[in-house]
Amino acid sequence: MLLNIKNLVATVEDTEILKGVDLTVGLGEVHVIMGPNGAGKSTLANVLMGHPKYQVKDGAVEFNGEDLLDMDVDERAKKGIFMSFQHPQEIPGVALANFIRTAKREITEQKVNLLEFSKELVSKLNQLNMKQEYMDRSLNQGFSGGEKKKSEIVQMAMLKPKLAILDETDSGLDIDAIKVVYEEIQNMAQKDNSIILITHYSRILDFVKPDAIHVLKDGKIVATGDRSLADRIEAEGYDIFN
Amino acid sequence: MERKKSYIEDVERGIYDIVDQEKHAYIVDKGLTEEIITEISQVKNEPQWMLDFRLKCLKIYKSMPVPMWSADLSELDIENIVHYVKPDAKQSHTWDDVPDYIKNTFERLGIPQAERESLAGVGAQYDSEVIYHSMSEHLARQGVIYMDIDKALIEYEDIIKEYFMTLITPHDHKFAALHGAVWSGGSYVYVPEGVQVDLPLQSYFRLNAKGAGQFEHTLIIVEKGASLHFIEGCSAPKYSVQNLHAGAVELFIREGAKLRYSTIENWSRNMYNLNTKRALVDAHGTIEWISGSFGSKVSMLYPMSILQGAHAKSEFTGVTFASTGQYLDTGMKVIHAAPYTNSTVHAKSISKNGGYAYYRSLLRVLESAHNCKSTVNCESLMLDNFSKSDTLPIIELFNDQVDIGHEAKIGRISDDAIFYMMSRGISEEEAKAMVVRGFVEPISKELPLEYAVELNNLITMELEGTIG
Repeated sequence: MLLNIKNLVATVEDTEILKGVDLTVGLGEVHVIMGPNGAGKSTLANVLMGHPKYQVKDGAVEFNGEDLLDMDVDERAKKGIFMSFQHPQEIPGVALANFIRTAKREITEQKVNLLEFSKELVSKLNQLNMKQEYMDRSLNQGFSGGEKKKSEIVQMAMLKPKLAILDETDSGLDIDAIKVVYEEIQNMAQKDNSIILITHYSRILDFVKPDAIHVLKDGKIVATGDRSLADRIEAEGYDIFN
Repeated sequence: MERKKSYIEDVERGIYDIVDQEKHAYIVDKGLTEEIITEISQVKNEPQWMLDFRLKCLKIYKSMPVPMWSADLSELDIENIVHYVKPDAKQSHTWDDVPDYIKNTFERLGIPQAERESLAGVGAQYDSEVIYHSMSEHLARQGVIYMDIDKALIEYEDIIKEYFMTLITPHDHKFAALHGAVWSGGSYVYVPEGVQVDLPLQSYFRLNAKGAGQFEHTLIIVEKGASLHFIEGCSAPKYSVQNLHAGAVELFIREGAKLRYSTIENWSRNMYNLNTKRALVDAHGTIEWISGSFGSKVSMLYPMSILQGAHAKSEFTGVTFASTGQYLDTGMKVIHAAPYTNSTVHAKSISKNGGYAYYRSLLRVLESAHNCKSTVNCESLMLDNFSKSDTLPIIELFNDQVDIGHEAKIGRISDDAIFYMMSRGISEEEAKAMVVRGFVEPISKELPLEYAVELNNLITMELEGTIG
């Protein structure tokens, strides 16, 4: 088992958001987490990545058999966790290419060959229909909403995490962009990399084939199923889980 | 972030902090009296008018109050500063002739290497005297003069007499008067009409003696249509007693001439850096200031551009980095005294570990200066919750046919930005350094490559050890 979450309880500013989440993700699996606004989806992603704003009050998370909650944020990344942010930060004066290369060097703990790196980055940018000039632009600065999301996927593709947590990656993307982004995500999934997709639309299921779909509501996983679960939600809404 | 942090008092400043054993040929007593001033002037064999000027400055100095509007200068004890320390070395034109212990210091600071690779001339001052001066031959053939100013006082006495402390007069403020009384060393540069100096000239000021003051004077005249890039660097090792730097820089930019004046200042944290810089710009002339302030305990530094000819231009790009125990009060003054003049200011400051960065500026547009344009942009970044930053821009307009833009931004380094970067495997320390380097990038890209590297190294040095 790559990820094993047991009874995870977490608060933000003393408000309990996660109220006992249980979830397991195996190697190479794709899991979709759906749920209404305010259910705790983004909180779950941020807690797994280790955002300091969130406090874990109870429960345990094992990643590859190790205690994840004990690790610093950068350590989690080095162990192979990646999060695609719903609202990626803008960092003026730090070029996208330089940022990814620094990250890659930190994660692999090896020097990154500039030439090979640049070649790979250019090809990833091409795959995502992003102009090559984005390499030298300040990280996410002045990027449109869609470009920011693509920048996240480029980073994921370059850093090759074991587990990618994608928080609302589809929002802000037009339909063509969603297609190329999910091709890349599907690519990752085929290579033994696990993926957690957080969304509140079922439309992404046209592009990826998840191993399981979970419904997160009011801080708990209230249902787990397959494609038919998503179809039911599409037809009847989240109220069916009351 | 709920992580254990440990803060250290001061950074390990590496090469900058290496102290040479003090070997001087001549040193005056502490304090400031007519006798000491006379002694300095006599040791230097100066003309009588200069001694008279020094003594006049001393009187003015004694009559003026300590400025109270900025840094607390109450700890600065002039009576305990040694105002003149002559190193035990004659001025050389090759590094081979410079005594090893001094040469090694400049080697560590990378000066001879920079000279070989990217400079057209170098002056190196050690304590109160210039110990090395050299300039490439082809510049000399074009009539460019670059020499230490004490020597210029002998060889070009008339010019020095005509210009010396006319732009910065001893009546300007107490430390300008002090400078006039005890000045020693510095550079004189003359670029004849139409000569474009292709590579920069650099003067480096190193204060090694404990409890001493450095009062170098820089005088640059760039004639009609000529251009020059001048770089000054300064550093000193750290002592527990106070050191004082009160230099003066007077720049004369003639019609259509261009001067870029770059400074990377990294004084030690016991230094009072009370420096005065001023440029007088004629029609269609340009002054560009590039300024990096990293060191000192207290800095009060506001270069001034006086745009006295139509279409004259001033550009200022500066970064100030204040850490523990540092109060850095920096900024820029521009006087628009002629029509169609143009000025821009891009100032950035960073404060961390309780440091205090104060941005203070003056923009004055005189009645005659119609159709002028000014853009001021200042940004401050605080790296934690106990560092401080202030901004005080003063704008005085005496006519209304002007185009003025002012933008100021003060912010803290955001936890979300650091979290974002750390989520990619980058350590907190490196993430902060990247944010800071990115913040100053608009400035570092203006610097010659090796100085941009030095700037980045200084930032890295400042940020190392911040987080335990």
